[in-house]
Amino acid sequence: MNIARHGTPNSKLQTQNSELKGRVWKYGDNVDTDAIIPARYLNVSSPEELARHCLEGIDPGFAGAVQPGDIILGGKNFGCGSSREHAPLAIKGAGVSCLIAETFARIFYRNAINIGLPILECPEAVAGTEAGQTLAVELATGTIHNLDTGQVFQAMPYPPFMMEIISAGGLIEWMRKELTKQP
Amino acid sequence: MNSKPKTPNSKLPGMTLAEKILAAHAGLEKVSPGQLIRVPVDLVLANDITAPLAIREFERIGVAKVFDRNKVVMVADHFVPNKDIPSAEQCKVMRHFARAQQLTCYYDVGTMGIEHALLPEQGLVLPGDLVIGADSHTCTYGALGAFATGLGSTDIAAAMASGWTWLKVPHTIKFVYHGRLQPWVGGKDLILYTIGQIGVDGALYAAMEFSGEAVKALSMDGRFTMANMAIEAGAKAGLFHVDEKTQAYVRPRARRQYTVYASDPDAEYARVIEIDADQIEPQVAFPHLPENTRPLSQVDHVPIDQVVIGSCTNGRLEDLQVAARVLAGRRVHRDVRCIVIPATQAIYLEAVRQGLVETFVEAGAAVSTPTCGPCLGGYMGVLAAGERAIATTNRNFRGRMGHPDSEVYLAGPAVAAASAVLGHIGGPQEVL
Repeated sequence: MNIARHGTPNSKLQTQNSELKGRVWKYGDNVDTDAIIPARYLNVSSPEELARHCLEGIDPGFAGAVQPGDIILGGKNFGCGSSREHAPLAIKGAGVSCLIAETFARIFYRNAINIGLPILECPEAVAGTEAGQTLAVELATGTIHNLDTGQVFQAMPYPPFMMEIISAGGLIEWMRKELTKQP
Repeated sequence: MNSKPKTPNSKLPGMTLAEKILAAHAGLEKVSPGQLIRVPVDLVLANDITAPLAIREFERIGVAKVFDRNKVVMVADHFVPNKDIPSAEQCKVMRHFARAQQLTCYYDVGTMGIEHALLPEQGLVLPGDLVIGADSHTCTYGALGAFATGLGSTDIAAAMASGWTWLKVPHTIKFVYHGRLQPWVGGKDLILYTIGQIGVDGALYAAMEFSGEAVKALSMDGRFTMANMAIEAGAKAGLFHVDEKTQAYVRPRARRQYTVYASDPDAEYARVIEIDADQIEPQVAFPHLPENTRPLSQVDHVPIDQVVIGSCTNGRLEDLQVAARVLAGRRVHRDVRCIVIPATQAIYLEAVRQGLVETFVEAGAAVSTPTCGPCLGGYMGVLAAGERAIATTNRNFRGRMGHPDSEVYLAGPAVAAASAVLGHIGGPQEVL
């Protein structure tokens, strides 16, 4: 998985062939951005530094135990509250490969897409998966496979325009492409 | 000045206020909920926390200048005056960028205020505008009949470069507030009550349209408070129609033309929610969500350690006047720290002139220069473990004002000021 942000202009969110696979961390409804990254840490903005305090507000053990590729599940309205992009950056910096929730707060959802953090809405997958189980996610199709139970879930597809941003590797990469198109 | 409501096009089905503003900006005759549109923006906003990240992304795009130096606004308000060295470094990034780009609307110590009180006060946002800001409470400007919404830093970077953004047209939920407000009940109580009814995701992705005689009776300050907290119900925007009070507020401040839009009579709403405002008591939201509201009469004995009166929600002149009426001639309880924060320099100065600051200091309250500080647990009033605050701010998430084991209760300025005197949560009737 190669997610572009501080990478080269060529690095892309690989939506075609790659599969995300990871152990599940599961949280409830209304996980707010203060819980994801408390404001006292907003005096820095590097993903690595933010990751050290990721989810500190609700799970102080998370930052020390999360493994690269792990997947976070949430309930309703995940990421509500502040517009701070530091929240998805902290999650991305922690090495989380994918976020799945019943619903997301709109600013958080948009921020995740913009920075190239895979994010899917799928209430069935949330209901049918326990913490500690392993999920495999195919972004291009939105298929979520619970490797412990064998169950397969289907996430809501991205609108085509959003898929363009995702395929470009984030909003800035999409804009750079748009700018080169202009005469 | 074009301030007459536009006549609806009779051939097309009606649109709501939010849809009208979006359609006009998209250059379309009609937009519908769910539609993705590309729109030019009238103003782009960032603050000292979100701007440094936006600037970093802006510099990766590969354009040298912002799209319009008069339309990119930056305000140092969250951790300013600088609270520590890392914050000072972040502010420096924004200051240098503002100077290099020759931004005409850059506000720092001495001229600044909390962004969502400052921009309307300075006449930077006008009716009919489409505004995006890297701060979730950007929705405040809906009180002016503008469409304003919060986005993240990367979206703001893209708009700083291009002057455009993409939006999904939200569905609109109409709230109709009937009746007359009880004494000491204001905009904060109405919006807390509403969030208590619909929940923190009750308006997820929607535009909230506030109407009815009870909100028409509110001052502009009260309307800003309501629009400000639309995000706490998950909304994308919270809008009011322009009336004579809006015009009286805007006219002396506006330095450019503006357009007044109104919902069509046949506009389609996702829901219409009717509320008997005359039944609403002062409200208190219990930890740890703004939806955990109770009427004041159902609040038991809750001792408090700190009171904060201020923020983009309730730091305006009317809020300070209400607090001063309660605190005048009384003392803040010996076990309580009461912090009052006028939202802008102009509000601060007016509070000095009207004797409000004297009232606060004599009552034993601390009065601070404008800052967002304590609302988000930044500084100027951070809570220790086990401590409890009642605040006129907008969020009471776990750890919002400091230690994860501290508690924040939300209320309007009347209840906050009365609680400061009582040492526990209570209303003005208990102290007057």
